[in-house]
Amino acid sequence: MSLLEPQRTDLSAGGITRRQAWALLWALLAAIFAWMIFAVWPDWLNAILISKKAFVSSIFNGVTLAGLYFLVASGFTLVFGLMRNVNLAHGSLFLFGAYVGYEVSERTGYWLLGVAAGFAVLAVVGLLMQVFVFRRLEGDELRQTLVTIGISIVAADLMLAVWTGTTYQIGIPEWLDGAIKLPIISAVRSNGTAVYLTYPFYRLVVLATAIVIGIGLWLMLNRTRIGMMIRAGVDDRAMLSASGVNVHLLFAVVFAIGAGLAGFAGVVGGSALSVAPGEDVRYLLASLVVVIVGGMGSITGAAIGALLVGVAEQIGLVYFPTYGIVVTFVIMVVTLALRPQGIMGKAR
Amino acid sequence: MSILSVDQPARAGSSSIMERVGGAQILLAIALLLYPAVASEFFLTQIGAYSLIWGLLALSLMLLAGYGGMVSLAQITSAGLAAYLVAIFGTNNMSIYGFGWPWWVLVPFAVLAAAVASALIGAISVRTEGIYTIMITLAIATAFFYFAQQNYAFFNGHSGFAGIPAPQFWGINWRDPLPFYYLCLFVAAVCYAAVLYCSRSTFGLALQAIRDNPRRMRAIGYDVTFHKVVAYFYAGIISGLAGVLLVWFNGRISPGTVDVGQAIDVLVIAVIGGLRHPVGPFIGAVFVVLIQTFAIDIVGAERYNTLIGLVFLAIVFVSPDGLLGLWGRISPMLSQGTLRPGS
Repeated sequence: MSLLEPQRTDLSAGGITRRQAWALLWALLAAIFAWMIFAVWPDWLNAILISKKAFVSSIFNGVTLAGLYFLVASGFTLVFGLMRNVNLAHGSLFLFGAYVGYEVSERTGYWLLGVAAGFAVLAVVGLLMQVFVFRRLEGDELRQTLVTIGISIVAADLMLAVWTGTTYQIGIPEWLDGAIKLPIISAVRSNGTAVYLTYPFYRLVVLATAIVIGIGLWLMLNRTRIGMMIRAGVDDRAMLSASGVNVHLLFAVVFAIGAGLAGFAGVVGGSALSVAPGEDVRYLLASLVVVIVGGMGSITGAAIGALLVGVAEQIGLVYFPTYGIVVTFVIMVVTLALRPQGIMGKAR
Repeated sequence: MSILSVDQPARAGSSSIMERVGGAQILLAIALLLYPAVASEFFLTQIGAYSLIWGLLALSLMLLAGYGGMVSLAQITSAGLAAYLVAIFGTNNMSIYGFGWPWWVLVPFAVLAAAVASALIGAISVRTEGIYTIMITLAIATAFFYFAQQNYAFFNGHSGFAGIPAPQFWGINWRDPLPFYYLCLFVAAVCYAAVLYCSRSTFGLALQAIRDNPRRMRAIGYDVTFHKVVAYFYAGIISGLAGVLLVWFNGRISPGTVDVGQAIDVLVIAVIGGLRHPVGPFIGAVFVVLIQTFAIDIVGAERYNTLIGLVFLAIVFVSPDGLLGLWGRISPMLSQGTLRPGS
């Protein structure tokens, strides 16, 4: 009889479950990380990681850059998830949004108006692209992708013709400018006064915006009717269409949102960094890697991917300058090796 | 994936050379061999040899995309690696590296390295299927470009290497217009024949079957991943050869040679020419190089990319099989026209 009884692991008699062990490990890592951020570093740690200021700044830069990457990649992943359309013109949408934002905010003097214009104009552009181009090639993924390549070639060249090769910087309003002092001690002077870390306020605003938009997208996808349709479309497009939903309208809306987000990110990113030809490729690469790592079609995945890529890029920039890009690349390869569908992706 | 469907041309077993090779190909070969007799020096290298090199690059993509269904944007990356290796281990005038290896060691080494790199890229990208390949290979190509640009230890950063000579042997400087044209023609012809042969070989047929239905092939017992990676290896040999020729042609190599624009150019050429038959990439290359050269007269030097992009868009919309497909669609109409009574 005793052979047939299921063998039970006795929890009380010592040993912890696998789940508890993982939780403990994560808690420990989080504690170490929190200590590294808030504590005053001993000398040996400063010696290993250059300085606390360099380390914490690169983490902050990484997280705020991740916010920007998330804004770009969320549109990309949304469009891909629903329509299986790899929009390789996404970087061009980003750059065009940045130029539109620059023109509008320079001419009107209102930065917020530039941001709004970047979103609105690009949403319309995305709508037109979906209606006039991609609808005609529906179901032919490769041709759709080739078309987006063609569009990105033409767009890059025309933007070069209009705005030339000059680097622009979109001016931000005064209330966003300047640096704020964070409650983080970066070093202690020899006379005992603590030096607090200062950080550009605008970058923190970018991060906050990305988080707000991320939560908004998540709520839209999970709590609204249109979000329900989108999720259903990601899983089974034909069935959604058969149950009476106007799929073409849905596609147009999603494409408009995706392109609009790219334009929005263009203006926001163009204010923090710069606007120049070649940025389209940079942000296209970022979106590609973020989406490959995070999992295609998943907003949560895009957030995780953006965080990984953004932080790795900035850490790499500080600690191994000429091999920074390799870090990003290694993340992608490791993800593909362990989980080909991406961290949050569904196996199909 | 209709764009990738390839007609199966193989009907082996016929005896006469004319039938086995095909009259059109013999005519083409004669025309290409006699081309230097009519072409000026400019047309010989800047158009002729240059088209052949880009045709080779696009041919390596055609092998992957046409027969394997894997659209890789990283073929320029393996070619660029071969070119960098030629600069580093061969001769350059930057007084950085330049180990001065003789060409008969250098070229096999560079080509083999390119093939291995291509196989590695393949091994990474075949982890996922279909449209994902294009994303992953684009990410790899872009990453390699940024790496070559930022890294001074191996790739000499932004400036790259210059002053790389073509070899001289048998008393010939192989960078002179006529020898260089024949060199490119020889390499292109060998690769063309090899791809054609490959498409009819057991391996090629298995590859095409995998493209059409990987699950069934896996069920029969074929190692799908292995076949795909081997296809990447072969494609890497072709792109490596193209890279070596390219660095001899330009005499220099810099990150600009492996940037995203060039990676996309390879795809543009292959798609414009057509992915159904190995001759397509060469047709595409001639077409694009001619446009590139004479765009100044049509739209001005600056807007060449707009022109080529619009042509590309038109081809993708009108004829998914490129210029080859366009011809395939027109020629029956023409022949029908002559047959129709009273026309």
